[in-house]
Amino acid sequence: MLTPKTEEAVAEAVRGAIAKKLPLAIQGGGTRKGLGRPVQAGDMLSLEKLAGVTLHEPAEMVISALAGTPLSVVEKTLASKGQMLPFEPMDHRAIFGTSGEPTIGAVVAANVSGPRRVVVGACRDHLIGVRFVNGAGEIIKSGGRVMKNVTGLDLVKLQAGAHGTLGVLTEVTFKVLPRPEASASMVFDGLPDGEAVAAMSAALGSPFEVSGAAHLPAGVAGESAQTLLRFENFTASIDYRFKALAAMLKRFGNPRRIDGSASEKLWVDIRDCQLLATPRETALWRLSVKPSDAPRVADIIRNGLTDAKLFYDWGGGLIWLATASVKDAGATVIRAAVKGKGHATLVRASDSIRISVPVFEPESAPVAMLSRRIKSSFDPAGLINPGRMIAEA
Amino acid sequence: MTAILFPEPRADVLARRDFIIDGLSKLVGPSSLVTSEDERRAFETDAFTAYRRMPLAVVLPTTTEEVSRVLAFCHQHAVPVVPRGAGTSLCGGAIPQEDAVVIGLSKMSRILDINYPDRLATVQIGVTNLAITNAVSAEGFFYAPDPSSQLACTIGGNIAMNSGGAHCLKYGVTTNNILGVTLVLVDGTICQIGGEAMDAAGLDLLGLVCGSEGQLGIMTEAIVRILPAAEGARPVLFGFETSEKAGEAVAAIIAAGIVPVAMEFMDKPAIEICEAFAKAGYPMDVDALLIIEVEGSEAEMEATLAKIVEIAKKHGVKRIKESKSAMETAAIWKGRKSAFGATGRIADYICMDGTIPTGQLPYVLRRIDEIVKHYGLRVANVFHAGDGNLHPLILYNVNDPTEAMKAEEAGNDILKLCVEVGGCLTGEHGVGIEKRDLMIHQFNPADLAQQLRVRAAFDADWILNPAKVFPLEGRTA
Repeated sequence: MLTPKTEEAVAEAVRGAIAKKLPLAIQGGGTRKGLGRPVQAGDMLSLEKLAGVTLHEPAEMVISALAGTPLSVVEKTLASKGQMLPFEPMDHRAIFGTSGEPTIGAVVAANVSGPRRVVVGACRDHLIGVRFVNGAGEIIKSGGRVMKNVTGLDLVKLQAGAHGTLGVLTEVTFKVLPRPEASASMVFDGLPDGEAVAAMSAALGSPFEVSGAAHLPAGVAGESAQTLLRFENFTASIDYRFKALAAMLKRFGNPRRIDGSASEKLWVDIRDCQLLATPRETALWRLSVKPSDAPRVADIIRNGLTDAKLFYDWGGGLIWLATASVKDAGATVIRAAVKGKGHATLVRASDSIRISVPVFEPESAPVAMLSRRIKSSFDPAGLINPGRMIAEA
Repeated sequence: MTAILFPEPRADVLARRDFIIDGLSKLVGPSSLVTSEDERRAFETDAFTAYRRMPLAVVLPTTTEEVSRVLAFCHQHAVPVVPRGAGTSLCGGAIPQEDAVVIGLSKMSRILDINYPDRLATVQIGVTNLAITNAVSAEGFFYAPDPSSQLACTIGGNIAMNSGGAHCLKYGVTTNNILGVTLVLVDGTICQIGGEAMDAAGLDLLGLVCGSEGQLGIMTEAIVRILPAAEGARPVLFGFETSEKAGEAVAAIIAAGIVPVAMEFMDKPAIEICEAFAKAGYPMDVDALLIIEVEGSEAEMEATLAKIVEIAKKHGVKRIKESKSAMETAAIWKGRKSAFGATGRIADYICMDGTIPTGQLPYVLRRIDEIVKHYGLRVANVFHAGDGNLHPLILYNVNDPTEAMKAEEAGNDILKLCVEVGGCLTGEHGVGIEKRDLMIHQFNPADLAQQLRVRAAFDADWILNPAKVFPLEGRTA
């Protein structure tokens, strides 16, 4: 295991891999090591020792950190000045049963976002700068520390969600937001999926700045279905908006209100997929569809896979789905259900299933060709996380 | 001005002009092909008017398939292509070259589908920015990025440049507000990048295409996010005796956990120019003006404004003027958004677009003043204070070649200053031809080579908008 402490040492490690023609698997804190396709590598490169917040300017709403910085350190640094990462990154430890500390570099590599994503955008939307070492062992920068920057090709977005296949991230910079003063949840009980998505769409299309919209069908968190809408703001605003939105949504029933830490815990459970985390033997999928298609997609999957269990986040735009870990873990049924409507990612399954079933949605021929050429433009010899996203040709 | 070089037109392409026009005439209808010199003249420049080049021919396709056929033809015959929306680029992004075919997307301007429950709209690429908002405003929605040229500029140009606007402090820029595009690759292949779902599968090609200045392919359709409009919005004018005090107030507002939907700055020359044009009621006895807009219900706007006023008072605000009506609000924004046009009435100008860390504002404003004075010119400053995106307008006389050259040199010095203090060359206008040769100040050779290799993954033969973005020397990839 290589554990470079500086960016230059990362570059040396990559140049060493080039000399030895030995591919590298890239790791942060190791809490997401089941994510993506298994990598066949000669050596492991861990970023854990390349850590530290390098810049935090509260008045400019910007923070930079080395890739191996624990996410908790970034969040604490921001919280000390009343700020936060807006995209609410998920913690994967619950679903993978891993220990250790999630790192900020891995948050970027996997474009990890949480419930607030539906309104404020994903990790990639708040990432404004990256530094990385490409597969030729060169240190490259893109973007910077200012939030408006259109200078040159945007390699920043490209690195977010590339799962470390386009180089080894060494430093990342985000624009951030103030932490809200308070939060509360509006809960409707017993809505069927179609009604729930309609209620969430109405709420998200209202001016009342709902910052989370999730639906937990019956049996996921209690016997009755729950539809949750979150408010985050100054306390007076929350009171006003709760009343105004409840009046607007009265055709869906009389909602309950949950405040403070009880409300916060609900959204952490949704964010981290605690509701489907166990039993760990099941496979876990994330489906991205447009909200109005979500209930129909869910019905098709439930008909085809009788043991499927699921819930909705992002107003219906994200479906978390647990299936039995047998054969293709439901891939045939699931990919047919989302065909033309969105895509499905196999987040958790055994190595053998993740080798035989495409983890990421198969791409159209022209997009697959572009992806291959882009990978090779960063990593011509295919030495960085080879095969993490697609099987090597 | 002659400082910015164009690549030498390729004699072999010019020699084949008749053959090329004949080939294009078989691919599109006669009303979609512009060949006469008089009609081509309308396409020889954009809003960066100091430079112009007459294109070989102009094609105005009406369908994705036509774009595909034209690109395949040009690719096969090694003819450069320059894509064009409404031609409002301030950096010369749509300026052609003599050996290029312009593909103008202005005829593809229909809104194809509006989906309120999923908060998205599917549009043809030549639709104007404001037409999208106008189409959805009756239902209480809007398309968020609002460049000052929004009445004329197309969504295609916005995506190509990753345009911003006054309200991106809260709502983000173009890349944060689009979900997918139909992209025609240089060989004519049509592909869908992204889609109606919130996250796309695989690599974030949409993020790469956004801001790629027409060098990776030609877009024909887009899926954009539409957002619910706030219950109300109110701009308030804050006049300060010095730019430093205004800058300190901006920093203090953000540090207090308040993110107004917009915070716009004008210095005294800009205030005078804009007030003369828009009669917006701007205070004339201050050296710096902030337009701060808040959103929400009446009570929420009151509460937020009270906090902002308290902070502004701590920083010595001299005048506070709140909009009392929709008409006043419109006048306040008209003044700001017509800043470039109003400046154009009194002088020629070049508009800079660098971004700086906002903490550097007082220092950078002082240095801009010194730089422009050094060249014997005048400057008016309007900019997005919340995000540090500056727009110094350097005033000069376009008919005086010496002065024109000085204006360009002053602009270059200002942009180098932006990079020096930790910012960048362009925040929302793009590189185009204007800032192409300054790229070496922001990026080292390895950074640029990496970008060039990514570009080559889409267009290895330099067919697409080839005179732009990357310095002409050292194009090895």
